[in-house]
Amino acid sequence: MALPDNAKEMIVEELTKKSKTKTKFYFNDLSKMFPEESPRAVKKLVNEMVSEGTLEYWSSGSTTMYGLKGMGDLG
Amino acid sequence: MAKHETPMLDELESGPWPSFVSDMKQEAEARAKNVNNVEYQIPVDVVDDLLGVLELSYKHGRTHWKHGGIVGVFGYGGGVIGRYCDQPQEFPGVAHFHTVRVAQPAGKYYTSEYLRQIMDVWDLRGSGLTNMHGSTGDIVLLGTRTEQLEEIFYDLTHKYNTDLGGSGSNLRTPADCLGTSRCEYSCYDTNALCHFLTNEFQDELHRPAFPYKFKFKFDGCPNCCVASLARSDMAFIGTWKDDIRIDQEAVQAYIGGEIPPNGGAHAGRDWGKFDIQKEVIDLCPTGCMWMDGNELKINNKECTRCMHCINAMPRALRIGEDTGCSILVGAKAPILDGQQMGSLLVPFVEVNPDNDYEAIINYIDKIWDWWMMEGKNRERLGETIRRLSFQKLLEACDMEADVRHVAYPRENPYIFWKEEEVPGGWDRDVKEFRKYHQR
Ligand code: SF4
Ligand code: SF4
Repeated sequence: MALPDNAKEMIVEELTKKSKTKTKFYFNDLSKMFPEESPRAVKKLVNEMVSEGTLEYWSSGSTTMYGLKGMGDLG
Repeated sequence: MAKHETPMLDELESGPWPSFVSDMKQEAEARAKNVNNVEYQIPVDVVDDLLGVLELSYKHGRTHWKHGGIVGVFGYGGGVIGRYCDQPQEFPGVAHFHTVRVAQPAGKYYTSEYLRQIMDVWDLRGSGLTNMHGSTGDIVLLGTRTEQLEEIFYDLTHKYNTDLGGSGSNLRTPADCLGTSRCEYSCYDTNALCHFLTNEFQDELHRPAFPYKFKFKFDGCPNCCVASLARSDMAFIGTWKDDIRIDQEAVQAYIGGEIPPNGGAHAGRDWGKFDIQKEVIDLCPTGCMWMDGNELKINNKECTRCMHCINAMPRALRIGEDTGCSILVGAKAPILDGQQMGSLLVPFVEVNPDNDYEAIINYIDKIWDWWMMEGKNRERLGETIRRLSFQKLLEACDMEADVRHVAYPRENPYIFWKEEEVPGGWDRDVKEFRKYHQR
């Protein structure tokens, strides 16, 4: 299985849709969008999106979450 | 004159032990004096404000730090832990107070020159306060502002050839004991394996995508100086397959009092004459040692490599020569479900740098694939194993259950037969059965 060509758009769409109630997402929330794919393949894609500046990391120190860049508060 | 009154913190200095409060006051004073004319890039009174906000937290019985944040250096998802103060007007020096984790070198060997270089960066761009070392082993630099992070990262990586450590849901900075570099008990070169895997798994260290944190720790022998058994999701503990090597002459020298037991560690008090029966043989947890006349004997098949006898008489007893490591999985601190120690997964695996530790990496890959697929958010490997069973982990690792996987007989019956393993499967002929058994 390969990731769909529009996988990145699918992620942005999904996170935008949910952004009214939630701005930070676990990696699992993203990888579950592609149940056929290995989590490691999804990880590669998601990290590309971070490097491109579409997504950003949020960290508590113990847990890391992902969000659309600029969404949610700084703290 | 201190910037903030800190009566409650001052009390902490009155005990018999060195106090972190005194350390912080000393640093606050040193920054104010600035004898080296450092061009401080963050507020000079950062440490005064830290003392102030801590006092306020004690007064209120609540923290004044906000939880987490979107800070880091470009391309890395870990290594920086964002902290912001929720009283920035009163304590502007700690409005930002981010932590930077710096990877410790394997075996924590560094030169004093390196430590000075780190401190030059940190006095200039941070609070000057450190924690040597954090519980994962990192050098922890406490307190800087967001705009300093990229500068610090550049200096650490470009000038001092070092890297940030792990934080968040990724592989944490791997930690190891001194191993063969200093220790005769070591069954493999922990420094080499730790360093190799740190390089091999850079992506896992810096780009978080695990359900939660994941720790590797490497101990050269079961003495577990880095506490891998208790503190790592995957512990690599040195062991040997063959027999403990016995030097019978040295055994006699211990008995005769010529060599002090435990390397002389108990010299501070007179414990009486060394008694091999009482202090070694009777304390062997498996009862596999005895004296046959003047000869010490060990039934090596029963030995669990507890290290007790070797620690007591290191010149008489030595680890075997056919060495490798055991892999234990699932240790963790008590956030959910309580504290857990590691469970033995792989009794013996070769530690072979010539094939890039192929056998070990094979287990790591299988465990990560399984945990990334099955683990819930914020679930440590040990919790996933408990929820889904140890047997499921064995299947994921293509391993057969073995008696060494059972901690106590009949206590943790997590190993079940599968239909294909039972002759005739689950189907049975009731009529045939009734011939022998009444209703
Ligand atoms: S764990 Fe064993 S090998 Fe490593 S330093 Fe401690 S005693 Fe030596
Ligand atoms: S290492 Fe421990 S179990 Fe093995 S012989 Fe020595 S005391 Fe007994």
